Amino acid sequence: MLKVEHLTKVYEGGVVGIEDVSFEVPDQQFLAVIGLSGSGKSTLLRCINRLIEPTEGRISWNGVDITAASQEEMRRIRRKIGMVFQHFNLVHRSKVMTNVLAGRLGYVNPLASLVNRFPKSDIEKAVATLDRVGIADKANARADELSGGQQQRVGIARAMMQDPEMVLADEPVASLDPVLADSIMTYLVDINKNDNVTVLCSLHFLDLVHRYADFVIALNDGKLMFEGTPEQITDQRFKEIYGQEAERLG
Amino acid sequence: MKKERSFRKSLLFILGMIAVVVVYAYGFEKTDVNLDEIESDVRQASLVRVLRALAHPDLVEYDRVETEVIAPIFTPCPPGGFDAPEPDTSGAYMTVTPACADPRSDVVVEGFNFEANKGGPIFFLGATDDGGTVRLQMDNIEADEDGHFLMTVRLKNRPSEEQQGILAVTRENVGSWLDRVEVWDDTNGNGVQDPELLTERTRLSPRASETAVETWEGIVETVFMALLATTIGTILAVPLSFFAARNLMKNITTRVITIALGVILFPFGVAVGVMVSRLARDVAGIFDTNGWVDLLGMVVLGAVIFGLLRISVPDEEEEIVPRNTRIARVVGLLTAAFVALAGLYVTADFLIRVGEALDGNLGGFDFFARFLANLGDIAELLVVLFAALIGGFGLAAVGTRIGHLIEDRVPEVIQRTLRYPLAAASGALIGLAVGWLIEWLYQLEDPVKTFWVPALVGASLALLAAWGNRERDDQRVGLTTYYVARTFFNALRSMEPLVMVIVFVIWVGIGPFAGALALGLHTTVALAKLYSEQVESISEGPLEAVSATGATRLQTIMYAVLPQVVPPYISFTLYRWDINVRMSTIIGFAGGGGIGLILQQNVTQLNYRAASVQMLAIAIVVSSLDFLSARIRERIV
Repeated sequence: MLKVEHLTKVYEGGVVGIEDVSFEVPDQQFLAVIGLSGSGKSTLLRCINRLIEPTEGRISWNGVDITAASQEEMRRIRRKIGMVFQHFNLVHRSKVMTNVLAGRLGYVNPLASLVNRFPKSDIEKAVATLDRVGIADKANARADELSGGQQQRVGIARAMMQDPEMVLADEPVASLDPVLADSIMTYLVDINKNDNVTVLCSLHFLDLVHRYADFVIALNDGKLMFEGTPEQITDQRFKEIYGQEAERLG
Repeated sequence: MKKERSFRKSLLFILGMIAVVVVYAYGFEKTDVNLDEIESDVRQASLVRVLRALAHPDLVEYDRVETEVIAPIFTPCPPGGFDAPEPDTSGAYMTVTPACADPRSDVVVEGFNFEANKGGPIFFLGATDDGGTVRLQMDNIEADEDGHFLMTVRLKNRPSEEQQGILAVTRENVGSWLDRVEVWDDTNGNGVQDPELLTERTRLSPRASETAVETWEGIVETVFMALLATTIGTILAVPLSFFAARNLMKNITTRVITIALGVILFPFGVAVGVMVSRLARDVAGIFDTNGWVDLLGMVVLGAVIFGLLRISVPDEEEEIVPRNTRIARVVGLLTAAFVALAGLYVTADFLIRVGEALDGNLGGFDFFARFLANLGDIAELLVVLFAALIGGFGLAAVGTRIGHLIEDRVPEVIQRTLRYPLAAASGALIGLAVGWLIEWLYQLEDPVKTFWVPALVGASLALLAAWGNRERDDQRVGLTTYYVARTFFNALRSMEPLVMVIVFVIWVGIGPFAGALALGLHTTVALAKLYSEQVESISEGPLEAVSATGATRLQTIMYAVLPQVVPPYISFTLYRWDINVRMSTIIGFAGGGGIGLILQQNVTQLNYRAASVQMLAIAIVVSSLDFLSARIRERIV
């Protein structure tokens, strides 16, 4: 169970990222976070693993207070939280294999990893994971030689290497075409349903939300506007979330 | 209204123009611009002379054959007058008219059958009291294409009753490209050209001149000086550059207690490190009998280190590690570090021993033996330094760990009271370090000025800082480090290597070593700055992704930063190597050795033909390395 209570982030210079956001995510839920660009979706997700330090509020996960964790504790918490990014965030010049193995960095011994040495079990796991996302043949290619869809699969493989209990996906399909988007979402659902991983996924397309999400929260201008199942998003609700001028497509 | 404004504008413009003219006029005055000098005939003649010398680089030298032709002369005329005997017209010969004349009078010399277009000096061959002769040059002859010349020379003021002579010497280069010519070695050393006393051999003519050989050695010295400087600079600059990268440092924050404990424990760590390295040297002394025992020692110690690391460095970090296991691991790591120090000493001993044994037995590769011995020496020096640094930073890390424990376990009230004495103590320590530096530099020998005052000032400054930042839990250590590193790099970078080398010349003596050290220092700080700017411009995404996996800061640098900066780093290193070659050609002017030293000597001795060779060499080497590094950079980036 992930509990977010009164979370607020004010950036340096006074820009408000999110304001007084509270919600709960039961284990193994697929939660979609929707809202316009700049509505605070990324800020919210990054506050959960503290890539961004929240200004106020409290986040607790399975009884552990994430907001109060020390650097060392945070490291141990982060390795159980996988993250998938809109722009994939792969290290371009490194091999696909190295990018995937980077998911184990929180577990392996720091000294050994500095000389690029990973335990045999990790390497086998990486091969298996790449196979699971369907790009086992690309293991030795450089990351920037891959197409966008393939790069996002590497990103998902990296998150899966962490043996995560929760995955934060920040607009994982926003830079991909609809067909690829669908296949990437399938992998996330696969992790959610078969590996029992909680998924928090920010999305643009309501279509995808309807198809994959168990539950939806919506942000507008940093504030929580809506909490409910995808079916509860009526036209009226839609206009509240996206603004009065918005037309519903798809 | 509008007109007024445009008037003011024009007035300002005119005033500005006048100011510009004044500035340039003053500049002309200060730089001694003087067209008269450029136009003066004497200056132009000198310029032509120098340019011609530069256009004739002293690159090759020929063996030469000298032809000497003598015509008899009496000065003054003997009582009966003198008629020159009929010359032998089969070879080159000269006639002198008149055949006798008063000293310092003019005579006409005509030469026939000389080598066409050859020239040389013409001497007055005076008789000396002991029956020998002395050559006094009068002029130079230049035979035309028929081997004929006609000229008037003035006899020297050496009256004698003996027959004297006029001697013309023409010199001719022997050999064309890569011919071997016969020469005679003057083995008896008395200068007598008696073929029976001389040994005959052949050698190349033309061949590289002495200047060319010297220049070659100088340029090799120069290129390797640049290579060493670039290598030293790169090795040191890579880790330093991360401290000067804003994006890596800005998020590093710590509490006052933690910083203070780290600072307080650092010097103790250095002391411990030095002591431990001494102990390690004693342990290494066990193996210090001969090379084979050294080798055995290296193998044994290596195996021990490997074993200890296997035991104390687990593959995966488990969730909860029992306390005893953790202690055992730390002990294992410490032991491994100690054994590694001893191992380094043994390795250094081994290198020195091997180097010394090989020196003199490798022929042309003796330099390699000396390199091994040098490596050993350097390793021995570095071990102490490493031990001190590891000890210092190790204990500082322990200090910060204790600090974190205090933050987590000790109630807030006690923390608030603890921070002031700790901050004061750490400030006092830094103050003492500054005081020691003052004492060392100025030798005040006044404990009030170099001990109490710095300690008090440091302590009070630290107290002020701690009090001023009392509202802020996390102190921005990272940003402070960033600013300190930046300032340090910029200050050192602004000092030209040409200036730095002066200090190094005093320290290690004139020569390429001083040059390499000066260039190395400058390269370090210059590259550190350039590198750090590259780190600042990397894309943040991978950094974010890798730290989100729970990686430590060091792992993040290894996996997200390094792969991104390797290509620009290589490119900058090559660029710097380029600069260093250029710098090292002139660093010799300040005593830094290499080709610059030779060039400077030749210029001060007005030996322009030799200087021309060095200038040519510099131009060739610099431009070809420029081209080469540009090509390599193209390939990589």
